[in-house]
Amino acid sequence: MDFGLILVNALGELISPTTAAFALAAIGLSVHFGYTGLLNFGQAGYMLVGAYGFALPSLAGWPIWSAFLITIVMSLLLSVVLGLPTLRLRADYLAIVTISSAEILRFVVSSTSLTDFTGGQQGLNGFNRAFAAINPIPEGDYGIGLLSYNAYDTWVRLVAWGLVALAAFTVFMLMKSPWGRTLKGIREDEDAARSLGKNVFVFKMQALVFGGLLGSLAGVMFILPRSLQPGNYATTLTFFVWAILLLGGAATIWGPIVGSMVFWVSLSLTQGLLFGAIEAGYADFMTISQAAQIRFILVGLVVMLLVIFRPQGFFGNKKELSFGV
Amino acid sequence: MSSARYSTQSRIKFFLLTFLAGIMMVPALISGQPAAAQEDPPASDFESSLRISGIMQSVGEPVEGIGVTVSAPGFSDYTTSGPDGRWSISVPGRATYEVILDLETLPEGVNLREGASDVLTVDEGEWFSSSITRNFGFEQVELQTASFLDQFLQRLVAGIILGSLLALASVGLSLIFGTTGISNFAHGEAVTFGGIIAWVTGSLFGLPFPVVLVIAIVVGALSGFVQNQILWQPLRRRGMKLVQLMIVSIGFSLVLRYVYLFFIDGQVKLYDGGLGGVFEFGPVRFTQGSLATFVISVGILIAFGLFLNRTRLGRATRAVSDNSSLAEASGIDTEKVVQVVWILGSSLAAISGVMLALYRQVSWLMGFEILLLLFAAVVLGGLGSAYGALIGSFIIGIIVEFSALVLPADLKYASALVILILMLVVRPQGLLGTKERVG
Repeated sequence: MDFGLILVNALGELISPTTAAFALAAIGLSVHFGYTGLLNFGQAGYMLVGAYGFALPSLAGWPIWSAFLITIVMSLLLSVVLGLPTLRLRADYLAIVTISSAEILRFVVSSTSLTDFTGGQQGLNGFNRAFAAINPIPEGDYGIGLLSYNAYDTWVRLVAWGLVALAAFTVFMLMKSPWGRTLKGIREDEDAARSLGKNVFVFKMQALVFGGLLGSLAGVMFILPRSLQPGNYATTLTFFVWAILLLGGAATIWGPIVGSMVFWVSLSLTQGLLFGAIEAGYADFMTISQAAQIRFILVGLVVMLLVIFRPQGFFGNKKELSFGV
Repeated sequence: MSSARYSTQSRIKFFLLTFLAGIMMVPALISGQPAAAQEDPPASDFESSLRISGIMQSVGEPVEGIGVTVSAPGFSDYTTSGPDGRWSISVPGRATYEVILDLETLPEGVNLREGASDVLTVDEGEWFSSSITRNFGFEQVELQTASFLDQFLQRLVAGIILGSLLALASVGLSLIFGTTGISNFAHGEAVTFGGIIAWVTGSLFGLPFPVVLVIAIVVGALSGFVQNQILWQPLRRRGMKLVQLMIVSIGFSLVLRYVYLFFIDGQVKLYDGGLGGVFEFGPVRFTQGSLATFVISVGILIAFGLFLNRTRLGRATRAVSDNSSLAEASGIDTEKVVQVVWILGSSLAAISGVMLALYRQVSWLMGFEILLLLFAAVVLGGLGSAYGALIGSFIIGIIVEFSALVLPADLKYASALVILILMLVVRPQGLLGTKERVG
């Protein structure tokens, strides 16, 4: 077993674009759940809309700003469709509607009848040419030792983490503002906020739109280093984002970012160690694919244990985190 | 305070009984040769009683005349599927074989599913019993040969059968919600559990269908009991909020799903319970399995309805589901009712899993795939209402099947979820729900 390589791979996850994408999605979810108390179980749907909203125009040869614009508009539309029927209802209805919508979207884009348009089950490829074309970084390798990346990989990392920083800063400023305090007020006691003359529905809708937008941008960052596979957007993706958020702490600025880093580094470490153990013959009772499945079992257990024993995560304030319906 | 009324003695007695029942089944599960399989006569002219068999099934319909070759170094045999879609080849020993589909013989309109392989392997280490099943994943391509009326009738029957399957599982989901407030996202895994029990006891050990059903009922009930005892009851005692409980159930469902995957791998498995024969009533064709699914589901649902209406415990259940505090105030032991609901709900879900295995196939995702349909059914009927869930299930089942008339087959489930969202816009309390529930 090569512990050095396992460690380097795990360290690489710290700054990988995937980690950034999940941090971004978790910041969005933090706006929904942490600050406003909205139970969004369809973050995978927002990521899917972002991914296809970006990939389809890019493939059609449209300029890159229009691809981002379409992503934003699609995300907005999804929020309106999700929010209108459910934001007036009890919290768990939003959960059922968001999880269902995310699945509907996945069924539709992976439908074989739409293969010509969305690529069906095969997904899409080659949509990142426009994004690579605006790369200002000159050719060459950047980084230290084994952790070095070519110009495109460096560019993706810079943009993804730049977006994370921007999102975290925006959320920080917004939550200090009267608007953010109103959201927290709605989370704590909707009726009290209403009795002070706040239009609860409008505030919730704004939070849903903002958090969803971050989710969709996360979807774009998620596909930049890989191809677009509709199978990736199953409900498991949403649960990963939830695990990250709960790990770091729901109503915090650093929670989603550190949560995502810890999550992906530990996944990489457990994978490296399990695979290494199998290769070295210490774990003959399972195969490589079974070892990969164990990680999902661990994610599920972590979610359960966190919610039961430490609902505030690493950084959260237990008093602030309200799980009330 | 309430648990004092629920005598510790009867609790221990019940626990011992279920525990004993579970223990007695363990040998049956781990011993390689169950009694029933030994009586099974060799099904061919070959000397050996070892065989590899399977069912050619496309969208729950058996397909006749598909050729398959089983080969190993020094052995090869070819056969075609019979009218019930079944095929079987006797093999000389407990060795490694390749099962190869004869693609030339596929009838028009039947294709291998995307990513499904036409060569399957049987491993030497898999021979726990005298027969091994291998099935190919088929899908139906739209074939507009039948008249509209015929298709309509066929879809109606399929929809009612799917509805009865959903009803078995959704009644439990709705009652668990009604009595504890939990939106139990792990209910789909209770369905999968039933399917896996059916596959292990029925296909691997060759137990007859009624025995399989009884085992599923008992083990399902036991799983509900244990789940409530070690997970949900302690969490309720800690005073956990509903949203927390819901997220715990989501994590739990993820854990269970991948535990299933770990043990039964990702391949689709078939269980037909020896009920592969086909009936034809005019344009409508269905297998004995589908008919059994419908008859047993409806029978169990009627029995469950009688329990809810005619027995003291059943009435208490409905009372708690309707208004928990009021029920508690009028002297009903809510903890006991919740216990009963978990046991019955999990048991019904396991039955639903057996039926789903008969009607379609067994996979680690089978329950999770219908979970959202269950939620759609429950929301449609009204969260917390058992009868609502029943009506909702049949409506969802029929909608799902009918939507295949106009939509591509892979968007069937999406249509039910659209209905769910539309229902929440128009009438969030559901068909039979009361308004104040929505809150």
